[in-house]
Amino acid sequence: MCKIAGNEISLLYCFLLNYLENGVLKLKYDSLSVLVKEAEKQNLPLCKLILKDQAEVAETEEKVLFENMKRSFTVMRESVETGLDPHERSASGLTGGDAFKMNEAVKANKNICGKIFGEAMVKALAVSQTNACMGRIVAAPTAGSCGILPAALITISDDRNIPNDDVVMSLFTASAVGMVIANKASIAGAEGGCQAECGAASAMAAAALVELCGGTPKQSEHACAIALKNILGLVCDPVAGLVEIPCIKRNAMGVANAFVAAELALAGIESAIPADEVIYAMKKIGEAMSPTLKETAEGGLAATPTGKKLCEKVFGSCQNCK
Amino acid sequence: MLQAFDIIGPIMIGPSSSHTAGAVRIGKYARSILGTTPVSALIRFSGSFAKTYKGHGTDKAVIAGILGMETDDERIRTSFDVAEEEGLKFTFEETEIDGAHPNTAEIILKDAAGKEALVQGASIGGGNIIINRINDTVTSISGKSDTLIVPHEDVPGMVAVVSNILAGNGVNIHGFSLCRDHKGGTAVMTIEIDGNIDESISKVILEQPNILAATVLKAI
Ligand code: SF4
Repeated sequence: MCKIAGNEISLLYCFLLNYLENGVLKLKYDSLSVLVKEAEKQNLPLCKLILKDQAEVAETEEKVLFENMKRSFTVMRESVETGLDPHERSASGLTGGDAFKMNEAVKANKNICGKIFGEAMVKALAVSQTNACMGRIVAAPTAGSCGILPAALITISDDRNIPNDDVVMSLFTASAVGMVIANKASIAGAEGGCQAECGAASAMAAAALVELCGGTPKQSEHACAIALKNILGLVCDPVAGLVEIPCIKRNAMGVANAFVAAELALAGIESAIPADEVIYAMKKIGEAMSPTLKETAEGGLAATPTGKKLCEKVFGSCQNCK
Repeated sequence: MLQAFDIIGPIMIGPSSSHTAGAVRIGKYARSILGTTPVSALIRFSGSFAKTYKGHGTDKAVIAGILGMETDDERIRTSFDVAEEEGLKFTFEETEIDGAHPNTAEIILKDAAGKEALVQGASIGGGNIIINRINDTVTSISGKSDTLIVPHEDVPGMVAVVSNILAGNGVNIHGFSLCRDHKGGTAVMTIEIDGNIDESISKVILEQPNILAATVLKAI
């Protein structure tokens, strides 16, 4: 680690010291392909590589970070349960009860996409609903997109009886994908639109799903690229500025997309455009997006006649609809 | 630098990490800068915050933070009531701060004795924040690690004095910035460190010539 001596702060010196002390360079999280190559080189699954690195960075034991992540996963599970309540409405009164309805359909075997897709959608709606009701959730990477990752992981682990600890580990893989996206593009709707939130969550979930289902780090990278490509350009246009419409249903879409991407990657299908370049494209698209489509609730669905009407219903007047 | 729990986390109260968790943390930071119990708060929202703060509950979140609540406190949704119970008066304004991040809030707190503190912070996504200004000082603090703020006379060798004390106590610096109002005037060091910093170290720093203050701000 680098310490400052006098007024001299030499970056190169820090860099060298770091290298000499640790033998390896710390991961920078600015490229997925670099992470994947490192995992291949060390012959480790991504989750273990990331946990090891994160423990070094935080100067703590792996066990401590693992336990913290386990706590997050417990909260994720709880947030699914809370969101299944049929009567709970959001503070605005605009949303509520969707997870319950979907759950009824799946339980009655009436949904058309089968059990896995049905279960995943139920859970994504539930967590997202908990969030809208000012309940307790884990941002992953944000609150608006908080249903996607837990829905993907809980669904696959319940279906395949994957041990809880393995699922917790896969959250480190997901976090690495999120870190790269945050470092190279953005994970905020206000900066990059919904592609940055639900897109990032979907890509994170896709990479983790691949790992949990026995895929290689390279396949996780492809799944991440595919998931993100499918959501490129999605704007952030919450009705009345509330994280409810369309956010809750976009979580259902996000988890479905994560399964699509993971499924393709596990079948050996590759993304023609590498994940790092997709992330760069996402950044550029976010920059090109009009500010009216970046969380300001001035465009898109928020500016539709019905969107404006709902806004008036909540606030008495619509401050954003010009 | 971003870490895993910046992405998977925080554990928080909905509905929006940029508007809720981030806002709680900016509010908490303002309270810790004031260092005493605030009795009044003026909050000026800029950019996207100004346009959507009501819908996202950003107003409730900032007040919750100023009251010292954590990002996962279930009382955030009723923070206005808590403020009334605790005797905190507050006002919101919509404004446009030049060149600021879209999600920016400026908070001016006052305590019963009339002491004031100003903090400007941005919520940069996923509940992460950057404190851009503390009173008259331009800063860049993430609030994720303990931070030492050292105003001092702008004379040569001050950085060496402070960094030697830190190094001598085994404190590792991972973020450093220095700014001053004018040459020979007052300068401020903002030092972000790894792990915990012992309060006694700031006392030692304060005893040095030309040091005006040394405040440790705990990670938030
Ligand atoms: S529409 Fe905007 S607020 Fe809603 S989930 Fe997407 S990015 Fe978040």
